[in-house]
Amino acid sequence: MIAATLAFYLFSALAIVGALNVIFQRNPVHSVLWLIFTFFNAAGLFVLLGAEFVAMILVIVYVGAVAVLFLFVVMMLDINITMVREGFLKYLPVGLLVGGILLAELITVFAGWVMSDSADVLRAAPAPDPSAISNTEALGLILYTDYIYVFQAAGIILLVAMIGSIVLTHRTRAGVRKQVIGDQNARRPSDTLEVVKVESGKGLQ
Amino acid sequence: MTALPNLTPAYAEMFLAIAGMALLMVGVFRKSDPVRGVTMLAILAFAVAAVLSISTNGAETVTFNGLFVVNAFTGFAKLLILLGAGLAMLLALPWARNEGVSRYELPVIMVFAVLGMMMMVSANNLISLYVGLELQSLALYVLAAFNRGNLKATEAGVKYFVLGALASGLLLYGSSLVYGFSGTTSFAGLADALTGAESNAGVIVGIVFVICGFAFKVSAVPFHMWTPDVYEGAPTPVTAFFSVAPKIAALCLFLRILVGPFEDLMVQWRQVLTVICVASMLWGAVAAIAQNNIKRLMAYSSIGHVGYALIGLIAGTQEGARGMIYYMLIYLFMNVGTFAVILSMRVKDRYVESIDDLSGISKTNPAISLALTALMFSMAGIPPLAGFFGKYFVFAAAVNSGLIPLAVIGVLSSVIGAYYYLRLIKIMYFDESAESFDCPDYSTSLVMGVCALAVVVFIFLPEPLLAGADAAAAALFQG
Repeated sequence: MIAATLAFYLFSALAIVGALNVIFQRNPVHSVLWLIFTFFNAAGLFVLLGAEFVAMILVIVYVGAVAVLFLFVVMMLDINITMVREGFLKYLPVGLLVGGILLAELITVFAGWVMSDSADVLRAAPAPDPSAISNTEALGLILYTDYIYVFQAAGIILLVAMIGSIVLTHRTRAGVRKQVIGDQNARRPSDTLEVVKVESGKGLQ
Repeated sequence: MTALPNLTPAYAEMFLAIAGMALLMVGVFRKSDPVRGVTMLAILAFAVAAVLSISTNGAETVTFNGLFVVNAFTGFAKLLILLGAGLAMLLALPWARNEGVSRYELPVIMVFAVLGMMMMVSANNLISLYVGLELQSLALYVLAAFNRGNLKATEAGVKYFVLGALASGLLLYGSSLVYGFSGTTSFAGLADALTGAESNAGVIVGIVFVICGFAFKVSAVPFHMWTPDVYEGAPTPVTAFFSVAPKIAALCLFLRILVGPFEDLMVQWRQVLTVICVASMLWGAVAAIAQNNIKRLMAYSSIGHVGYALIGLIAGTQEGARGMIYYMLIYLFMNVGTFAVILSMRVKDRYVESIDDLSGISKTNPAISLALTALMFSMAGIPPLAGFFGKYFVFAAAVNSGLIPLAVIGVLSSVIGAYYYLRLIKIMYFDESAESFDCPDYSTSLVMGVCALAVVVFIFLPEPLLAGADAAAAALFQG
């Protein structure tokens, strides 16, 4: 048990260090690298909770896809960091005020946190007994049955996101030489090649 | 083996989802100009979805493991949404031709936005609520920035997206607090768990966050900052769509969630909503006075109207809900009609949006000025027209629930608001005539005529419509 506790403190401490570095790094590329580091630690925390599927998804999807995409974007956009920092001090008091109020609210909320009597039972209701079934299987069992509606809806949201990003960015440019494989395959030597017998001393016309 | 869930209640949504994807394919693979065909098919899809949703409109049915519900209220709300979207689409048809827009994605995204709204209205769980809301919001962000070459449209899109994401975050955060207290996200479960939870700080903060998220979606003050910019930057038919369908959807959901699962906390949410409602009514009335762009004016006008509609919600009674549903019905016709007028403001093949362009059109375009006069009188709430009844029913509901100060503020702010509606009429009839407008397109005039007529004759034939609204309000309170 002590190992698990130690691991928890290790992962959470490193996650906090990573998160702080994400916002305090001057170079945005370093920020993204720290973000990846934070994701790994969060995945470790999930493993400690017994949620190995979510842990692996976090590594595969967030580190493997999302963070790498961020990295590409950050590298390609060439963000001017001094311009981003402009106005930082100007908005700092307002930001601190709003943040302070929110923090005070949250502290009062969590200090007096009460749960409804039935909450524990209700919360456990959708999940099967974790000792009898593996994590992935349990998720699959409710995701494709009880929550099929939400699952499909999420698919449509992704479709709309895809259509939207194409609509807002895609341009058909004139003068682009596009590869048409059908045309290439249909091309015969007779279409383009001409065998000419050149008489000596005359040259081509 | 699990049995298939009962799909019958969701036929309209399923049809619309499939229709959206099919329209996308039609647009991609059709060789000749696909915009017109896809737009027509989208209107047809809305009509079919409306028929399907009427056919499922009966006793309350819950399906998909409690995630989805249909009853008379959701059926009526969906009809309003589909009607608003269909009319806006009719306006988009000539607009796309005149502006030379050759992108068929506009109707496709609108279909998905409407699908999201219908899912929102039928949500019976915080999860399905959020998913529907996000589907419609994502589609609307794209629509706002659809004129991507235009700086204002891009600004509108970015602003809407950033603030909308923040609002979604607030909503999710509030939902998580509510879930943390009750241990369930289903509306029925929440209604049970929240009984007697009046003094729990966590739940109240959660509900306040949820209300903030919704207030953003309906553009109520103080979450209205995006509205004028988005209304101005988006293409006009899209603005017409923005001003009706998403608002009706969000207001209906607002009503469903507050008098449903959160009913026991009415004392708490009433205070929050009263502030939002009073601020919206006053700011909508005052800030519109200085506007010179008619689309911005309509943005402030819609902020004010949301305030009036919220009065019905604050009343928290069946009468109040009925008043709010009437209000949305009437608001739909007034707003779509006004946008049809805005879309017929074309001088020499160019769309114009300034209020001064309306000067003296009573002489050059008497039909347009007559329609706009009827619509503006109705918006201002002048008695024989529909707008008066909308306000009357919500104010009466407020008075009957003992909220007399709220009704008084409502009446006062509609007097202030009447100034800028009547100013438009004064400009049309008494100012020197500028240039005359081009002859409006067939479908624009059709929408304009229908809406203006609906506003005028509302006094004569409300019975069948009102019966539907009554049934809808009753369905909300039978539980």
